[in-house]
Amino acid sequence: MTEPKAPEWPLWEVFIRGQHGASHRHVGSLHAPDAEMAIKHARDVYTRRKEGVSIWVVPTTAIAASNPDMKGPLYDPSDSKPYRHPTFFDIPKEIGTM
Amino acid sequence: MTTELFEYLLRLGDNSLVLGHRLSEWCGKSPILEEDIAISNTALDFIGQTQLWLGLAATVEGQGRSADDLAMLRDVWDFRNLLLVEQPNGNFGETIMRQYLFDAWHVLLLDGLTRSHHQEISAIAQKVVKEVRYHIERSRDLVIRLGDGTPVSHEKMQIALDRLWPYVREMFDVDPVEHTLIEQGLIPDTSTLRAAFDAEVLKTFATATLTLPSSNFAHLGGKSGKRHSEHLGHLLTQMQWLQRAYPGATW
Amino acid sequence: MYAQMVTSDPRDETVEDQAFQARIDAGEKIEPRDWMPEGYRKTLIRQIGQHAHSEIVGQLPEGNWITRAPTLERKAILLAKVQDEAGHGLYLYCAAETLGVSRDEMTEMLLDGRMKYSSIFSYPTLTWADMGAVGWLVDGAAIMNQVPLQRTSYGPYARAMIRVCKEESFHQRQGFDIMMKMAKGTPAQKKMAQDALNRFWYPSLMMFGPSDKDSVHSAQSMAWKIKMNTNDELRQKFVDLTVPQAEYLGLTIPDPDLKWNEERGHYDYSEPDWSEFYDVLKGNGPCSVDRIETRKKAWDDGAWVREALMAHSEKQKTKVAAE
Repeated sequence: MTEPKAPEWPLWEVFIRGQHGASHRHVGSLHAPDAEMAIKHARDVYTRRKEGVSIWVVPTTAIAASNPDMKGPLYDPSDSKPYRHPTFFDIPKEIGTM
Repeated sequence: MTTELFEYLLRLGDNSLVLGHRLSEWCGKSPILEEDIAISNTALDFIGQTQLWLGLAATVEGQGRSADDLAMLRDVWDFRNLLLVEQPNGNFGETIMRQYLFDAWHVLLLDGLTRSHHQEISAIAQKVVKEVRYHIERSRDLVIRLGDGTPVSHEKMQIALDRLWPYVREMFDVDPVEHTLIEQGLIPDTSTLRAAFDAEVLKTFATATLTLPSSNFAHLGGKSGKRHSEHLGHLLTQMQWLQRAYPGATW
Repeated sequence: MYAQMVTSDPRDETVEDQAFQARIDAGEKIEPRDWMPEGYRKTLIRQIGQHAHSEIVGQLPEGNWITRAPTLERKAILLAKVQDEAGHGLYLYCAAETLGVSRDEMTEMLLDGRMKYSSIFSYPTLTWADMGAVGWLVDGAAIMNQVPLQRTSYGPYARAMIRVCKEESFHQRQGFDIMMKMAKGTPAQKKMAQDALNRFWYPSLMMFGPSDKDSVHSAQSMAWKIKMNTNDELRQKFVDLTVPQAEYLGLTIPDPDLKWNEERGHYDYSEPDWSEFYDVLKGNGPCSVDRIETRKKAWDDGAWVREALMAHSEKQKTKVAAE
């Protein structure tokens, strides 16, 4: 197949406030083309449509995170984004043909 | 009155039974995971509604049948669902268009049923209308997005609309069964709901850049049971097979 | 369980590797932005990814019976369960994505055979009793594996597992409930139930992976707390738990050498046919081709939908920007 790949739906982080809860809590992520659909899908996926919940969705790329507080050789300051860029997965040669 | 009421409750229950069944066919095969979960939620809502409406129908009939008996042991000529809902899923666009046309009528009908003089009908309608308000939000949104998406999606949605539009009028056609119940204040007069339906769908189709079909021709015969399409028989062979093959068993 | 055919890279440990191992030994959770050995990252991508694929492909054998469920209640329960599997797949894909691979990439790798799914889902569901057997045995085996994984070292994977385990509670119960009704039902139903057990017993045992003596790459995964128990440990636990359940149902496990060993305090049981297991992993399971074809068709048929929804959103963004 040589057709260009369609752009993948962006990733969103989902935060939910339960009916009697206080703050929104991070519950996971999902893919959606925009915020409106992300909220609709979050309702279906993460609340199974319980009423009275408040849903926030944030594009994953919009999240600014602190660097992990690591000393010594484990500290890796190179990323400013919270998640690494997708790369093509290298299949280890030991796997052979699958 | 009881006969008409029974007939009418079968119509409501069979709509949700057949449409819920159709939607459940998508499980595991939807275009994207998030949609798979959302469609399954809608299907689950319909199965729940089926249990309520057919359950009430069985009670009204008073012959000891259960909702499951009604769902699993009647043949095509006894089914009272709209022709619209037994149409096959086709591609995702056809499924969504079918859903939207149904939802646009369903939400108006249920709103009217909340004011029914029949206590149980009103109670069921009050519960169900909340789900259906979410259904139409979803289906309307998808019709717009797919109608005004790519040229490919636009064409598919237009074809779907052209194919399904002839099944719309049956939803608003008031027959003798419904006349009786309207007079008793048990159900709303759906012919009066047509204007609101038209306003809703015209607005959506305009935003979706879709053209309303010009023909007024309508297929009838589903809710009266006079003539279903060939699709229903095949659907029932799937749905009813176990109970028919192993009669009298408990599952 | 989902790391079937995952290999690990034996290499010299660096200072970083040792410090990383110390964190794991101390019970710390590794989060996406933390330093991690490449082997850890790749093993997790493969394991979490294949776990996610298993949930998605796993929708199909049970989805096969949704339209033929015998009552409205059974239909709703089965549909809810299969919908849960979709949700679990979603949580797991999202966990894997934190490691630098996208869901679309993983999907492509599933469809072209570079990534696998659990062997059990390459077996067909032939009767309604299979819905009982799958819930009872297959979900039973999966739960046995998933509960300890709630303590796995990688944060997003552990959290996904916690969410999955919460929702999993009714899956096995509904399967066992179906088996009970069948086993105590009509003669035909009882025969159906026994037939289902006959066909799903050994494939369920295979779910735990090859025996420890043949499972060469487990040690590193265990050290990294990506794998929490050995294959044989879990398999033995599963047998010990399940045999009394089968006895309760009045059904016979298809293993003439199955018997309680007083000395060991466990059941002795026959190993499954491992050549069948490796055949299935190679793509020669009874349904392997069908499963991938079904997923491929769903993916391909859905392309216009995904593209259209993206296109619409892009158009809206442009409109807003122009205002």
